[in-house]
Amino acid sequence: MTIVYDKSKGLTDAELHFCPGCTHGTVHKLVAEVLIELDVLDRSVGVVPVGCSALSYDYFNCDMQQASHGRAPAVATGIKRVNPELVVWTYQGDGDLASIGAAEIVHVAHRGEKITTIFINNAIYGMTGGQMAPTTLIGQKTTTSQDGRTVEHSGRPLKVAEMLATIDGAKFVERVSVDSPANIRKTKKAIKKAFELQLSGEGFGIVEILSTCPTNWALTPRDSIKWLRDNMMPYYPLGNLRSPEEAK
Amino acid sequence: MAKGKVTFNTDICKGCELCIDVCPVNIIVMDESMINVKGFHPATVIEMEKCIGCGNCAITCPDSVIKVERF
Repeated sequence: MTIVYDKSKGLTDAELHFCPGCTHGTVHKLVAEVLIELDVLDRSVGVVPVGCSALSYDYFNCDMQQASHGRAPAVATGIKRVNPELVVWTYQGDGDLASIGAAEIVHVAHRGEKITTIFINNAIYGMTGGQMAPTTLIGQKTTTSQDGRTVEHSGRPLKVAEMLATIDGAKFVERVSVDSPANIRKTKKAIKKAFELQLSGEGFGIVEILSTCPTNWALTPRDSIKWLRDNMMPYYPLGNLRSPEEAK
Repeated sequence: MAKGKVTFNTDICKGCELCIDVCPVNIIVMDESMINVKGFHPATVIEMEKCIGCGNCAITCPDSVIKVERF
């Protein structure tokens, strides 16, 4: 008998605090599996800022550092520069990375810091109660856009991966999704590639992952997956936007 | 066809039902005869002999509830 799947040793035994069906858990598993497969778990440091990601230090079986809102890339820069042997990564949501942390992520890419960023895009602020994020779609109802987001009032949703792909220092930019087993496998490949580039010293890599937030979208987990496919994927197309070959 | 075995860590299941949609042989259901410590009907398998051990359910489960083995 062979084991096809069991909980990754890269995660602790703690139960996740995330809501039922939240895909944060799925991405946590992928990051943990990649760190184990690359055999770097014992020298990796994760940096988590504010948001639903903030309790991740209970879940990953490696060293973790809390950062203030949006500042995970800055803290990760410090850790990596002090000890380049460490494998340093940040795990940030869209309410964190795309708004208050927009400056930090742009400049960490611009400087080509040798860190890896896992960016969860679920088009809403999760932990604070479902407010409009820079990534919220046009027409999407949130607690701060109760009639739906409008272009006149809030502009169009920010495409973070496309924006970062224009920066020379970013060596790997890819947008993936966790809506199906096939896409979950692709997401794992992208995360692994981003970490491999850090290990080979190439530079900054970011993986934007389209995710769900069933609670704040006011949908069941199963309907959330459908909503992600029908609404988010057309606006945020999946695929690789920058690879090390292009970045040269 | 390979035969698989699925085991659920029932106590930590949050009843999100995402595993139901990804099962290619449609053998996962919510066990409405029981309620776990979290207050959800946990996922379970009917007709285990139909399981092909693909692992889709385990890959999809956000809470690492599921372990899959293949004979």
